Amino acid sequence: MKAILTVIGHDKVGILAAVTALLAKNNVNILDVSQTIMQNLFTMIMMVDLQDASFETVQDDLSDLADKLGMSIRLQREEVFEAMHRI
Amino acid sequence: MLTSNEILQTIQMVDKYKLDIRTITMGISLLRCADDDAQKAADKVYDHIAYTAKDLVKTGEAIEREMGIPIVNKRISVTPVALLTEKDHIKIARALDRAAKETGVNFVGGYSALVHAGMTQADKNLILSIPKALTETDFVCSSVNVATTRNGINMDAVALMGNIIRQAAEMTADRDSIACAKLVVFANAVEDNPFMAGAFHGVGLGDSAIHVGVSGPGVVEKTLKTIPGASFEIVAEEIKKTAFQITRAGQLVAREASKRLGIPFGIVDLSLAPTPALGDSVAHIIEEMGIERTGAPGTTAALALLNDAVKKGGVMASSNVGGLSGAFIPVSEDIGMIRATQEGALCLEKLEAMTCVCSVGLDMIAIPGDTPASTISAIIADESAIGMVNNKTTAVRVIPAIGKTVGDEVSFGGLLGFAPIMRVSSFGSEKFIERGGRIPAPLHSLRN
Repeated sequence: MKAILTVIGHDKVGILAAVTALLAKNNVNILDVSQTIMQNLFTMIMMVDLQDASFETVQDDLSDLADKLGMSIRLQREEVFEAMHRI
Repeated sequence: MLTSNEILQTIQMVDKYKLDIRTITMGISLLRCADDDAQKAADKVYDHIAYTAKDLVKTGEAIEREMGIPIVNKRISVTPVALLTEKDHIKIARALDRAAKETGVNFVGGYSALVHAGMTQADKNLILSIPKALTETDFVCSSVNVATTRNGINMDAVALMGNIIRQAAEMTADRDSIACAKLVVFANAVEDNPFMAGAFHGVGLGDSAIHVGVSGPGVVEKTLKTIPGASFEIVAEEIKKTAFQITRAGQLVAREASKRLGIPFGIVDLSLAPTPALGDSVAHIIEEMGIERTGAPGTTAALALLNDAVKKGGVMASSNVGGLSGAFIPVSEDIGMIRATQEGALCLEKLEAMTCVCSVGLDMIAIPGDTPASTISAIIADESAIGMVNNKTTAVRVIPAIGKTVGDEVSFGGLLGFAPIMRVSSFGSEKFIERGGRIPAPLHSLRN
Protein backbone atom coordinates (compact mmCIF):
# COMPACT_ATOMS: atom_id res chain seq x y z
CA MET A 1 0.00 0.00 0.00
CA LYS A 2 1.28 3.45 -0.91
CA ALA A 3 0.77 6.29 1.52
CA ILE A 4 1.56 9.95 1.91
CA LEU A 5 3.45 11.01 5.00
CA THR A 6 3.40 14.69 5.93
CA VAL A 7 5.36 16.42 8.65
CA ILE A 8 4.44 20.01 9.49
CA GLY A 9 5.78 22.18 12.30
CA HIS A 10 8.58 24.46 13.47
CA ASP A 11 11.92 23.59 11.91
CA LYS A 12 14.61 22.01 14.09
CA VAL A 13 17.64 19.76 13.79
CA GLY A 14 17.07 16.07 13.09
CA ILE A 15 13.48 15.87 11.82
CA LEU A 16 14.30 14.07 8.60
CA ALA A 17 16.75 11.78 10.40
CA ALA A 18 14.22 10.82 13.06
CA VAL A 19 11.44 10.12 10.56
CA THR A 20 13.58 8.11 8.16
CA ALA A 21 15.08 6.06 11.00
CA LEU A 22 11.58 5.20 12.17
CA LEU A 23 10.54 4.22 8.66
CA ALA A 24 13.63 2.05 8.15
CA LYS A 25 13.01 0.30 11.47
CA ASN A 26 9.47 -0.52 10.31
CA ASN A 27 10.55 -1.74 6.87
CA VAL A 28 8.88 1.16 5.06
CA ASN A 29 10.37 2.10 1.68
CA ILE A 30 10.58 5.81 0.81
CA LEU A 31 9.59 6.45 -2.83
CA ASP A 32 9.79 10.22 -2.93
CA VAL A 33 10.56 13.04 -0.54
CA SER A 34 10.31 16.82 -0.68
CA GLN A 35 10.69 19.45 1.97
CA THR A 36 10.20 23.17 2.08
CA ILE A 37 9.35 26.06 4.39
CA MET A 38 5.74 27.21 3.86
CA GLN A 39 4.21 30.05 5.85
CA ASN A 40 7.19 29.82 8.25
CA LEU A 41 6.51 26.14 8.86
CA PHE A 42 8.73 23.23 8.00
CA THR A 43 6.74 21.05 5.62
CA MET A 44 7.93 17.64 4.52
CA ILE A 45 6.01 15.34 2.20
CA MET A 46 7.01 11.76 1.55
CA MET A 47 5.50 9.06 -0.57
CA VAL A 48 6.12 5.72 1.07
CA ASP A 49 5.43 2.08 0.33
CA LEU A 50 4.06 0.03 3.22
CA GLN A 51 4.00 -3.29 1.40
CA ASP A 52 6.13 -4.98 4.07
CA ALA A 53 4.93 -2.95 7.04
CA SER A 54 1.92 -2.65 9.30
CA PHE A 55 0.03 0.60 8.67
CA GLU A 56 -1.22 0.72 12.25
CA THR A 57 2.17 0.13 13.86
CA VAL A 58 3.86 2.75 11.69
CA GLN A 59 1.07 5.22 12.41
CA ASP A 60 1.32 4.61 16.17
CA ASP A 61 5.11 5.02 16.11
CA LEU A 62 4.77 8.23 14.09
CA SER A 63 2.24 9.53 16.57
CA ASP A 64 4.75 9.00 19.41
CA LEU A 65 7.47 10.71 17.37
CA ALA A 66 5.12 13.64 16.61
CA ASP A 67 4.60 14.15 20.35
CA LYS A 68 8.35 13.99 20.96
CA LEU A 69 9.19 16.47 18.20
CA GLY A 70 6.19 18.71 18.87
CA MET A 71 5.15 18.47 15.23
CA SER A 72 2.14 17.29 13.29
CA ILE A 73 2.80 14.02 11.47
CA ARG A 74 0.22 12.26 9.32
CA LEU A 75 0.20 9.02 7.39
CA GLN A 76 -2.68 8.71 4.95
CA ARG A 77 -3.37 6.34 2.09
CA GLU A 78 -2.44 7.79 -1.28
CA GLU A 79 -5.90 7.05 -2.74
CA VAL A 80 -7.46 9.90 -0.74
CA PHE A 81 -5.38 12.49 -2.55
CA GLU A 82 -5.73 10.82 -5.92
CA ALA A 83 -9.49 10.69 -5.54
CA MET A 84 -9.79 14.34 -4.59
CA HIS A 85 -7.37 15.81 -7.12
CA ARG A 86 -7.62 13.62 -10.24
CA ILE A 87 -10.61 13.07 -12.51
CA MET B 1 2.20 12.56 -9.54
CA LEU B 2 0.47 14.55 -6.86
CA THR B 3 1.83 18.00 -6.16
CA SER B 4 2.74 19.31 -2.71
CA ASN B 5 0.00 21.90 -3.00
CA GLU B 6 -2.65 19.27 -3.66
CA ILE B 7 -1.54 17.20 -0.71
CA LEU B 8 -1.48 20.19 1.63
CA GLN B 9 -4.84 21.40 0.33
CA THR B 10 -6.49 18.14 1.37
CA ILE B 11 -4.83 18.28 4.78
CA GLN B 12 -5.97 21.88 5.27
CA MET B 13 -9.52 20.97 4.26
CA VAL B 14 -9.67 18.49 7.13
CA ASP B 15 -7.62 20.38 9.68
CA LYS B 16 -8.76 23.94 9.23
CA TYR B 17 -12.05 23.81 7.34
CA LYS B 18 -13.69 20.79 8.96
CA LEU B 19 -14.07 18.53 5.95
CA ASP B 20 -15.52 15.32 7.25
CA ILE B 21 -17.49 12.29 6.27
CA ARG B 22 -20.62 13.05 8.23
CA THR B 23 -21.92 9.52 8.30
CA ILE B 24 -21.55 5.97 7.13
CA THR B 25 -25.08 4.63 7.24
CA MET B 26 -25.77 0.95 6.84
CA GLY B 27 -29.22 0.34 5.40
CA ILE B 28 -30.69 -2.97 6.53
CA SER B 29 -33.89 -4.56 5.25
CA LEU B 30 -35.98 -5.94 8.10
CA LEU B 31 -38.72 -7.39 5.92
CA ARG B 32 -37.59 -10.89 6.90
CA CYS B 33 -38.29 -9.99 10.56
CA ALA B 34 -42.00 -9.24 10.00
CA ASP B 35 -44.29 -11.12 12.38
CA ASP B 36 -47.88 -10.80 13.63
CA ASP B 37 -46.48 -11.01 17.13
CA ALA B 38 -44.64 -7.73 17.82
CA GLN B 39 -42.36 -9.27 20.44
CA LYS B 40 -41.25 -12.00 18.06
CA ALA B 41 -40.64 -9.38 15.36
CA ALA B 42 -38.67 -7.28 17.87
CA ASP B 43 -36.46 -10.23 18.84
CA LYS B 44 -35.72 -10.97 15.20
CA VAL B 45 -35.01 -7.29 14.53
CA TYR B 46 -32.48 -7.12 17.36
CA ASP B 47 -30.70 -10.30 16.30
CA HIS B 48 -30.58 -9.35 12.63
CA ILE B 49 -29.20 -5.84 13.24
CA ALA B 50 -26.75 -6.93 15.92
CA TYR B 51 -25.34 -9.52 13.51
CA THR B 52 -25.37 -7.50 10.27
CA ALA B 53 -23.91 -4.31 11.75
CA LYS B 54 -21.51 -5.87 14.23
CA ASP B 55 -18.42 -4.63 12.37
CA LEU B 56 -19.78 -1.27 11.20
CA VAL B 57 -18.25 0.95 13.87
CA LYS B 58 -14.82 -0.65 13.98
CA THR B 59 -14.65 -0.68 10.16
CA GLY B 60 -15.56 3.00 10.09
CA GLU B 61 -12.88 3.77 12.65
CA ALA B 62 -10.24 1.83 10.71
CA ILE B 63 -11.06 3.66 7.46
CA GLU B 64 -11.00 7.00 9.26
CA ARG B 65 -7.54 6.22 10.54
CA GLU B 66 -6.12 5.15 7.19
CA MET B 67 -7.67 7.93 5.13
CA GLY B 68 -7.05 10.67 7.67
CA ILE B 69 -10.57 12.06 7.22
CA PRO B 70 -12.88 12.06 10.26
CA ILE B 71 -15.98 9.89 9.98
CA VAL B 72 -18.23 11.59 12.50
CA ASN B 73 -21.18 9.19 12.72
CA LYS B 74 -21.89 5.56 12.12
CA ARG B 75 -25.60 4.91 11.73
CA ILE B 76 -28.16 2.33 10.72
CA SER B 77 -31.33 2.80 8.69
CA VAL B 78 -34.00 0.11 8.56
CA THR B 79 -37.19 -0.80 6.72
CA PRO B 80 -40.12 1.39 7.84
CA VAL B 81 -41.16 -0.35 11.05
CA ALA B 82 -44.89 0.05 10.29
CA LEU B 83 -44.42 -2.76 7.75
CA LEU B 84 -43.12 -5.25 10.29
CA THR B 85 -46.12 -5.87 12.52
CA GLU B 86 -49.72 -4.77 13.10
CA LYS B 87 -49.57 -3.24 16.58
CA ASP B 88 -47.30 -2.76 19.63
CA HIS B 89 -44.56 -1.33 17.42
CA ILE B 90 -42.97 0.17 20.51
CA LYS B 91 -41.49 -3.23 21.26
CA ILE B 92 -39.54 -2.92 18.02
CA ALA B 93 -38.47 0.63 18.96
CA ARG B 94 -36.94 -0.78 22.14
CA ALA B 95 -35.22 -3.54 20.14
CA LEU B 96 -33.81 -0.94 17.73
CA ASP B 97 -32.47 1.08 20.66
CA ARG B 98 -30.82 -1.98 22.19
CA ALA B 99 -29.33 -2.94 18.81
CA ALA B 100 -27.97 0.60 18.39
CA LYS B 101 -26.30 0.38 21.79
CA GLU B 102 -24.96 -3.10 21.10
CA THR B 103 -23.40 -2.13 17.77
CA GLY B 104 -22.17 1.24 19.06
CA VAL B 105 -23.83 3.35 16.35
CA ASN B 106 -24.98 6.92 16.95
CA PHE B 107 -28.52 6.61 15.64
CA VAL B 108 -30.90 4.13 14.05
CA GLY B 109 -33.54 5.52 11.71
CA GLY B 110 -36.66 3.90 10.34
CA TYR B 111 -39.31 4.04 13.03
CA SER B 112 -41.35 5.18 10.10
CA ALA B 113 -44.56 4.97 8.12
CA LEU B 114 -45.26 5.91 4.52
CA VAL B 115 -48.81 7.22 4.45
CA HIS B 116 -48.89 9.64 1.50
CA ALA B 117 -51.82 7.94 -0.17
CA GLY B 118 -53.56 6.39 2.80
CA MET B 119 -52.96 4.89 6.19
CA THR B 120 -53.17 1.22 7.12
CA GLN B 121 -54.14 0.29 10.66
CA ALA B 122 -50.50 -0.68 11.24
CA ASP B 123 -49.34 2.74 10.00
CA LYS B 124 -51.76 4.45 12.34
CA ASN B 125 -50.72 2.31 15.29
CA LEU B 126 -47.07 3.11 14.66
CA ILE B 127 -47.69 6.84 14.32
CA LEU B 128 -49.67 6.91 17.57
CA SER B 129 -46.75 5.22 19.34
CA ILE B 130 -44.10 7.68 18.09
CA PRO B 131 -44.17 10.09 21.09
CA LYS B 132 -43.73 7.24 23.57
CA ALA B 133 -41.11 5.49 21.44
CA LEU B 134 -39.01 8.63 21.10
CA THR B 135 -39.35 9.41 24.80
CA GLU B 136 -38.34 5.95 25.97
CA THR B 137 -35.45 5.38 23.57
CA ASP B 138 -32.18 7.26 23.11
CA PHE B 139 -31.05 6.51 19.58
CA VAL B 140 -34.20 5.76 17.59
CA CYS B 141 -35.27 8.26 14.92
CA SER B 142 -38.67 8.45 13.32
CA SER B 143 -40.13 9.79 10.09
CA VAL B 144 -43.51 9.86 8.41
CA ASN B 145 -44.04 10.53 4.72
CA VAL B 146 -47.34 12.37 4.25
CA ALA B 147 -47.16 13.53 0.64
CA THR B 148 -45.70 12.78 -2.78
CA THR B 149 -45.88 14.51 -6.14
CA ARG B 150 -47.61 11.41 -7.54
CA ASN B 151 -50.17 11.03 -4.78
CA GLY B 152 -50.87 14.45 -3.35
CA ILE B 153 -51.01 15.31 0.34
CA ASN B 154 -52.69 13.05 2.86
CA MET B 155 -54.26 15.78 4.99
CA ASP B 156 -55.59 13.29 7.56
CA ALA B 157 -52.00 12.26 8.21
CA VAL B 158 -50.93 15.91 8.28
CA ALA B 159 -53.60 16.66 10.89
CA LEU B 160 -52.50 13.67 12.96
CA MET B 161 -48.81 14.62 12.82
CA GLY B 162 -49.48 18.06 14.29
CA ASN B 163 -50.86 16.32 17.37
CA ILE B 164 -48.06 13.73 17.44
CA ILE B 165 -45.39 16.46 17.39
CA ARG B 166 -47.12 18.27 20.25
CA GLN B 167 -47.41 15.06 22.27
CA ALA B 168 -43.75 14.23 21.67
CA ALA B 169 -42.83 17.73 22.84
CA GLU B 170 -44.94 17.48 25.98
CA MET B 171 -43.61 14.05 26.93
CA THR B 172 -40.03 15.33 26.81
CA ALA B 173 -40.74 18.84 28.12
CA ASP B 174 -38.12 18.31 30.85
CA ARG B 175 -35.46 17.81 28.15
CA ASP B 176 -36.28 20.80 25.91
CA SER B 177 -38.72 18.60 23.95
CA ILE B 178 -35.85 16.59 22.47
CA ALA B 179 -38.17 13.89 21.08
CA CYS B 180 -39.19 16.30 18.32
CA ALA B 181 -35.56 16.59 17.19
CA LYS B 182 -35.77 12.88 16.33
CA LEU B 183 -38.97 13.15 14.28
CA VAL B 184 -39.33 14.33 10.67
CA VAL B 185 -42.45 14.70 8.54
CA PHE B 186 -41.65 14.32 4.84
CA ALA B 187 -43.01 14.97 1.42
CA ASN B 188 -41.33 12.89 -1.30
CA ALA B 189 -39.10 11.07 1.19
CA VAL B 190 -36.14 9.31 -0.42
CA GLU B 191 -35.34 5.65 0.21
CA ASP B 192 -31.58 5.96 0.51
CA ASN B 193 -31.06 9.03 2.70
CA PRO B 194 -28.17 8.44 5.12
CA PHE B 195 -28.91 11.52 7.26
CA MET B 196 -30.92 11.55 10.46
CA ALA B 197 -33.55 11.91 11.61
CA GLY B 198 -35.14 11.00 8.29
CA ALA B 199 -33.16 7.92 7.24
CA PHE B 200 -34.99 4.69 6.49
CA HIS B 201 -34.17 1.72 4.24
CA GLY B 202 -36.68 1.80 1.40
CA VAL B 203 -38.52 -1.32 0.34
CA GLY B 204 -37.17 -0.86 -3.19
CA LEU B 205 -33.63 -1.46 -1.95
CA GLY B 206 -31.89 -4.78 -1.41
CA ASP B 207 -31.02 -6.66 1.77
CA SER B 208 -28.47 -4.08 2.82
CA ALA B 209 -26.46 -1.16 1.48
CA ILE B 210 -23.72 1.20 2.57
CA HIS B 211 -24.51 4.88 2.10
CA VAL B 212 -22.18 7.71 2.89
CA GLY B 213 -23.09 11.29 3.69
CA VAL B 214 -20.33 13.82 3.15
CA SER B 215 -20.19 17.36 4.36
CA GLY B 216 -17.98 20.42 4.25
CA PRO B 217 -19.66 23.84 4.46
CA GLY B 218 -16.40 25.18 5.89
CA VAL B 219 -14.46 24.12 2.81
CA VAL B 220 -16.94 25.88 0.49
CA GLU B 221 -16.85 29.03 2.62
CA LYS B 222 -13.06 29.03 2.54
CA THR B 223 -13.09 28.64 -1.27
CA LEU B 224 -15.37 31.65 -1.64
CA LYS B 225 -13.11 33.72 0.60
CA THR B 226 -10.39 33.35 -2.04
CA ILE B 227 -12.55 35.00 -4.75
CA PRO B 228 -14.04 38.14 -3.18
CA GLY B 229 -16.28 40.10 -5.54
CA ALA B 230 -16.09 37.48 -8.32
CA SER B 231 -19.06 37.08 -10.66
CA PHE B 232 -21.63 34.36 -10.04
CA GLU B 233 -20.30 32.17 -12.86
CA ILE B 234 -16.97 32.02 -11.06
CA VAL B 235 -18.67 31.45 -7.69
CA ALA B 236 -20.67 28.53 -9.14
CA GLU B 237 -17.58 27.07 -10.78
CA GLU B 238 -15.54 27.17 -7.58
CA ILE B 239 -18.34 25.57 -5.55
CA LYS B 240 -18.63 22.81 -8.17
CA LYS B 241 -14.93 22.06 -7.96
CA THR B 242 -15.03 21.88 -4.18
CA ALA B 243 -18.14 19.70 -4.22
CA PHE B 244 -16.36 17.39 -6.65
CA GLN B 245 -13.44 16.94 -4.28
CA ILE B 246 -15.63 16.37 -1.25
CA THR B 247 -17.77 13.83 -3.08
CA ARG B 248 -14.75 11.92 -4.31
CA ALA B 249 -13.55 11.55 -0.73
CA GLY B 250 -17.02 10.28 0.23
CA GLN B 251 -17.13 7.82 -2.63
CA LEU B 252 -13.73 6.43 -1.68
CA VAL B 253 -14.86 5.88 1.91
CA ALA B 254 -18.15 4.33 0.77
CA ARG B 255 -16.44 1.87 -1.59
CA GLU B 256 -13.87 0.92 1.02
CA ALA B 257 -16.52 0.37 3.70
CA SER B 258 -18.63 -1.61 1.25
CA LYS B 259 -15.68 -3.85 0.35
CA ARG B 260 -14.61 -4.50 3.93
CA LEU B 261 -18.11 -5.15 5.23
CA GLY B 262 -19.15 -7.22 2.22
CA ILE B 263 -22.24 -5.07 1.75
CA PRO B 264 -23.17 -3.40 -1.55
CA PHE B 265 -22.35 0.27 -2.03
CA GLY B 266 -25.53 2.35 -2.17
CA ILE B 267 -25.09 6.07 -2.68
CA VAL B 268 -23.03 9.07 -1.73
CA ASP B 269 -25.19 11.86 -0.37
CA LEU B 270 -23.43 15.12 -0.94
CA SER B 271 -25.10 17.44 1.49
CA LEU B 272 -23.58 20.52 2.99
CA ALA B 273 -24.61 19.63 6.51
CA PRO B 274 -23.67 22.30 9.05
CA THR B 275 -22.77 21.78 12.69
CA PRO B 276 -22.93 24.33 15.50
CA ALA B 277 -19.11 24.61 15.36
CA LEU B 278 -17.61 27.82 14.04
CA GLY B 279 -16.47 27.42 10.42
CA ASP B 280 -19.04 24.73 9.59
CA SER B 281 -22.00 26.86 8.57
CA VAL B 282 -24.16 27.03 5.44
CA ALA B 283 -25.37 30.48 6.54
CA HIS B 284 -21.79 31.73 6.45
CA ILE B 285 -21.47 30.59 2.81
CA ILE B 286 -24.53 32.67 1.96
CA GLU B 287 -23.07 35.62 3.85
CA GLU B 288 -19.71 35.17 2.11
CA MET B 289 -21.57 35.63 -1.19
CA GLY B 290 -22.49 39.13 -0.07
CA ILE B 291 -25.66 38.81 2.01
CA GLU B 292 -25.15 40.81 5.21
CA ARG B 293 -27.08 38.32 7.31
CA THR B 294 -28.82 35.08 6.24
CA GLY B 295 -32.50 35.82 5.77
CA ALA B 296 -31.93 39.21 4.13
CA PRO B 297 -33.22 39.68 0.56
CA GLY B 298 -31.02 37.70 -1.83
CA THR B 299 -30.73 34.73 0.53
CA THR B 300 -32.97 32.48 -1.56
CA ALA B 301 -31.05 33.24 -4.76
CA ALA B 302 -27.73 32.61 -3.03
CA LEU B 303 -29.00 29.31 -1.65
CA ALA B 304 -30.34 28.26 -5.07
CA LEU B 305 -26.93 28.83 -6.63
CA LEU B 306 -25.20 26.95 -3.82
CA ASN B 307 -27.59 23.99 -3.90
CA ASP B 308 -27.33 23.59 -7.67
CA ALA B 309 -23.55 23.96 -7.85
CA VAL B 310 -23.12 21.39 -5.10
CA LYS B 311 -25.23 18.86 -7.05
CA LYS B 312 -23.36 19.52 -10.30
CA GLY B 313 -19.97 19.00 -8.68
CA GLY B 314 -21.27 15.90 -6.95
CA VAL B 315 -22.66 14.14 -10.03
CA MET B 316 -19.40 14.71 -11.86
CA ALA B 317 -17.57 12.96 -9.02
CA SER B 318 -19.79 9.92 -8.56
CA SER B 319 -22.34 8.04 -10.63
CA ASN B 320 -24.11 7.05 -7.45
CA VAL B 321 -25.08 10.38 -5.95
CA GLY B 322 -28.38 10.01 -4.12
CA GLY B 323 -30.13 10.71 -0.86
CA LEU B 324 -30.97 14.35 -0.33
CA SER B 325 -27.81 15.87 -1.87
CA GLY B 326 -27.78 19.65 -1.65
CA ALA B 327 -27.56 22.16 1.16
CA PHE B 328 -29.17 21.68 4.57
CA ILE B 329 -30.52 24.62 6.54
CA PRO B 330 -31.19 23.29 10.05
CA VAL B 331 -31.45 26.34 12.27
CA SER B 332 -30.21 24.93 15.58
CA GLU B 333 -27.30 23.13 13.94
CA ASP B 334 -25.82 26.14 12.15
CA ILE B 335 -24.06 28.88 14.08
CA GLY B 336 -24.80 31.40 11.30
CA MET B 337 -28.52 30.56 11.24
CA ILE B 338 -28.66 30.83 15.02
CA ARG B 339 -27.12 34.30 14.93
CA ALA B 340 -29.38 35.38 12.04
CA THR B 341 -32.42 34.29 14.06
CA GLN B 342 -31.20 36.00 17.23
CA GLU B 343 -30.66 39.24 15.32
CA GLY B 344 -34.09 39.09 13.69
CA ALA B 345 -32.78 38.60 10.14
CA LEU B 346 -34.28 35.14 9.68
CA CYS B 347 -37.92 34.20 10.19
CA LEU B 348 -40.04 31.12 9.58
CA GLU B 349 -41.59 32.54 6.40
CA LYS B 350 -38.16 33.26 4.88
CA LEU B 351 -37.00 29.78 5.79
CA GLU B 352 -40.07 28.40 4.00
CA ALA B 353 -39.07 30.31 0.86
CA MET B 354 -35.53 28.96 1.19
CA THR B 355 -36.83 25.39 1.31
CA CYS B 356 -38.12 25.84 -2.26
CA VAL B 357 -34.54 25.84 -3.51
CA CYS B 358 -32.56 23.76 -1.02
CA SER B 359 -32.44 20.03 -0.49
CA VAL B 360 -34.74 19.62 2.48
CA GLY B 361 -37.14 21.72 4.52
CA LEU B 362 -37.95 23.48 7.77
CA ASP B 363 -35.38 21.81 9.92
CA MET B 364 -34.58 22.00 13.62
CA ILE B 365 -36.69 25.07 14.27
CA ALA B 366 -37.81 25.75 17.82
CA ILE B 367 -41.28 27.29 18.01
CA PRO B 368 -43.29 28.57 21.00
CA GLY B 369 -44.53 25.82 23.31
CA ASP B 370 -48.13 26.99 23.01
CA THR B 371 -48.26 26.65 19.21
CA PRO B 372 -51.53 24.78 18.48
CA ALA B 373 -51.37 21.34 16.84
CA SER B 374 -53.45 22.68 13.93
CA THR B 375 -50.85 25.37 13.25
CA ILE B 376 -48.06 22.77 13.24
CA SER B 377 -50.16 20.70 10.82
CA ALA B 378 -50.66 23.73 8.62
CA ILE B 379 -46.90 24.35 8.55
CA ILE B 380 -46.49 20.71 7.46
CA ALA B 381 -49.17 21.19 4.79
CA ASP B 382 -47.40 24.26 3.38
CA GLU B 383 -44.07 22.52 3.29
CA SER B 384 -45.61 19.39 1.72
CA ALA B 385 -47.21 21.55 -0.95
CA ILE B 386 -43.81 22.98 -1.86
CA GLY B 387 -42.39 19.47 -2.14
CA MET B 388 -45.37 18.11 -4.04
CA VAL B 389 -45.56 20.89 -6.63
CA ASN B 390 -41.82 21.24 -7.13
CA ASN B 391 -41.21 17.51 -7.31
CA LYS B 392 -38.63 17.60 -4.53
CA THR B 393 -38.14 16.35 -1.00
CA THR B 394 -39.31 18.69 1.73
CA ALA B 395 -39.54 18.06 5.43
CA VAL B 396 -40.62 19.56 8.72
CA ARG B 397 -38.72 19.04 11.95
CA VAL B 398 -40.03 21.65 14.38
CA ILE B 399 -39.72 21.60 18.14
CA PRO B 400 -42.54 23.18 20.13
CA ALA B 401 -40.55 24.12 23.24
CA ILE B 402 -43.01 23.48 26.03
CA GLY B 403 -43.10 26.29 28.59
CA LYS B 404 -40.99 28.58 26.42
CA THR B 405 -41.72 31.37 24.00
CA VAL B 406 -40.07 33.88 21.64
CA GLY B 407 -36.94 35.26 23.34
CA ASP B 408 -36.11 31.95 25.02
CA GLU B 409 -33.72 29.30 23.74
CA VAL B 410 -33.61 25.52 23.70
CA SER B 411 -30.42 23.50 23.84
CA PHE B 412 -30.03 19.90 22.66
CA GLY B 413 -26.28 19.54 22.88
CA GLY B 414 -23.85 17.95 20.42
CA LEU B 415 -24.58 18.13 16.71
CA LEU B 416 -28.21 19.07 17.39
CA GLY B 417 -27.07 22.42 18.80
CA PHE B 418 -29.29 25.12 20.28
CA ALA B 419 -31.97 27.39 18.90
CA PRO B 420 -33.70 30.63 19.72
CA ILE B 421 -37.49 30.18 19.66
CA MET B 422 -38.88 31.50 16.41
CA ARG B 423 -42.11 33.45 16.07
CA VAL B 424 -45.05 31.61 14.50
CA SER B 425 -48.10 33.42 13.07
CA SER B 426 -50.78 33.75 15.72
CA PHE B 427 -53.54 33.55 13.12
CA GLY B 428 -55.13 30.11 13.16
CA SER B 429 -55.56 27.41 10.52
CA GLU B 430 -57.79 25.10 12.54
CA LYS B 431 -60.74 24.98 10.16
CA PHE B 432 -58.43 24.28 7.22
CA ILE B 433 -56.86 21.32 8.99
CA GLU B 434 -60.25 20.02 10.22
CA ARG B 435 -61.42 19.38 6.66
CA GLY B 436 -59.40 16.17 6.28
CA GLY B 437 -59.12 14.09 3.12
CA ARG B 438 -56.45 14.45 0.47
CA ILE B 439 -55.12 17.38 -1.50
CA PRO B 440 -55.03 15.95 -5.05
CA ALA B 441 -51.74 15.42 -6.83
CA PRO B 442 -50.74 18.29 -9.13
CA LEU B 443 -51.27 18.04 -12.87
CA HIS B 444 -47.61 17.35 -13.57
CA SER B 445 -47.88 14.08 -11.63
CA LEU B 446 -49.63 12.69 -14.74
CA ARG B 447 -46.46 11.96 -16.64
CA ASN B 448 -47.16 8.58 -18.16
